[in-house]
Amino acid sequence: MMAPDTEHDVTPGPPLWLLAELTYRCPLQCPYCSNPLDFAAHRDELTTDEWRDVLRQSRALGAAQLGFSGGEPLVRDDLEALVAEARELGFYTNLITSGLGLDSARITALQAAGLDHIQISLQAADDDLAAAVAGAPRAHAKKLAMARAVKAAGYPMVLNVVLHRHNIDDIDRLIALCDELGADAVELATCQHYGWAQLNRAGLLPSRAQVEAAEAATGRWRERLAARGRDMRLLFVVPDYYAERPKACMGGWGSLFMTVAPDGAVLPCHSARELPMAFPTVREQSLAAIWQESAAFNRFRGDAWMSPTCRDCDERHHDYGGCRCQAYLLTGDPAATDPVCARSPDHGVIEAARDEAARDGRGLDGLVARNVRASRVFCRQ
Amino acid sequence: MNAARVFRLRPGWRLQWEPAQGRHVLLYPEGMVQLNDSAGAVLGLVDGRRDLAAILSALGERFPEAETLADDVHEFLAEALAQGWIRDTEAT
Repeated sequence: MMAPDTEHDVTPGPPLWLLAELTYRCPLQCPYCSNPLDFAAHRDELTTDEWRDVLRQSRALGAAQLGFSGGEPLVRDDLEALVAEARELGFYTNLITSGLGLDSARITALQAAGLDHIQISLQAADDDLAAAVAGAPRAHAKKLAMARAVKAAGYPMVLNVVLHRHNIDDIDRLIALCDELGADAVELATCQHYGWAQLNRAGLLPSRAQVEAAEAATGRWRERLAARGRDMRLLFVVPDYYAERPKACMGGWGSLFMTVAPDGAVLPCHSARELPMAFPTVREQSLAAIWQESAAFNRFRGDAWMSPTCRDCDERHHDYGGCRCQAYLLTGDPAATDPVCARSPDHGVIEAARDEAARDGRGLDGLVARNVRASRVFCRQ
Repeated sequence: MNAARVFRLRPGWRLQWEPAQGRHVLLYPEGMVQLNDSAGAVLGLVDGRRDLAAILSALGERFPEAETLADDVHEFLAEALAQGWIRDTEAT
C-alpha cells in the first residue's frame, strides 16, 4: 500500500460559499427534501442579530457567495434585513425559495435591500402533479405568478426542478415552461438521496432508461435554444446511482463550502447533520475557529483519512473519495469510499438499490411526506 | 473588433475584488469566475460607457510594456462574449 500523500496541503483556503439555512419551517412537504429527518428537533432558530454576526464573520473569512435557504427562508420576516446586511458586506446574495411567501411588495423590498438573484423551485409542469409532490394544492399557480413577477422586476432567475420517477418523463414540458417563464438558467437535478429523499428512495429513483431519455431530451433543447439565440442554460444532474465515479462532493470536505443550519450548527454541507459526529455551533465558537481548527471540519480534509481503495487511487484528488454522507448512509462508515464508485467494495449496494427501486410500485401518495408530524417520529429514535 | 463597440457586464452579474483570494472575481447567480490579473484589469474597464478604443487606451497607459495588448484584449473580450460574461450594448 502506498503511504498517505503527506505532501497534499490540508491547510484550508477561505470558504467561498455560505449557505444560510434560516429555518427548517416550510409550507411544502416534498418527499425528497434534503433537510434532516429530525428537523423538528432543531427549533431554536438563530436571532436576527446572531445571523448578522454569522454574515460578518463569514465574509471576513472570505465567503463571497451567499445562499439564503431553508426550509423556506421567506418564512423569516427579517429576511430583507439580512439581505441588506449581506449586500452591504459585499456578498452576492441568492434567495433559494419555493416562491411561497413572496408577493410583489416583498419582491420590491428585497430589491431595495440589494438582493442579487432569486432561484425558484418548481415541482412539476402542471398543477395536479405539483400538488401531489408538494402536498400543497395551490402552490404551483402561485409559483408561476411569482416567477413572472421576479423576471418583471429585472432579476436574473434560475429555476430548479428536482427530477424523480414521477416527473422526469415530463422533461419537455418542464423545459418549455421554464423557457416561457423567462428563466436565465434551469437546474434539472435528478434527486440525490439524503434526508427525506433517502427515506423515500425506492419510490423516487428513476430507471436508467428514464434518466437517459431525459438527458437526451435536454440535449435536444440545448440545440433548439441555441438556434433561437435564447440564452437559457440547462444543467442536467445525473443521479449518483447511475454514475460510475462519485461526485467531487462540495469540492472536498471543508474546502469551499460552509452551511449554517437554523440553530447555528456549522456543517461542511447541508446533509452532514446526518453523520454520526458532533458539529460545533456559532453560539459556542467563532466561525474562524470552526472552519480552521474544529475536529469536524478537519476530519475529512487531505487524504490520510481515506480508505485503502481511495488512498491508492490516482483519482483521489479529483473526487476526494466522493460524498461522506452517502458513504455513511449506504455503508455505515463515513470514511468509506463512496459506494457510487465502481471501484468501491460496497458498490453492490448501489446495484441493489436500483433493483429495489425497479420493484417499487408506489405512487407519490405512498411516500412519506416531509412535515413536522413525520419528523417527530425520527426525533424520538 | 470595431473600436467603437461598447460592452457591459451581463445584467445581474458583478465584478468584485476579493482580498481573501487576492484577485478579482465575477459573481453571478450561484457561481463565481475567478479571474487572473489581466482579465480583472480588462473587465474593470467594461462599464457600459467606455468603448473598445478607450479600454485599449486606458490599458496601454497602465501596461506600456505589453506588446500584443490589442490582440490579447480582442481575444479576451470575444471569449467573454462567448461565455456570456459581458454583452454588447448595441445587441438586444
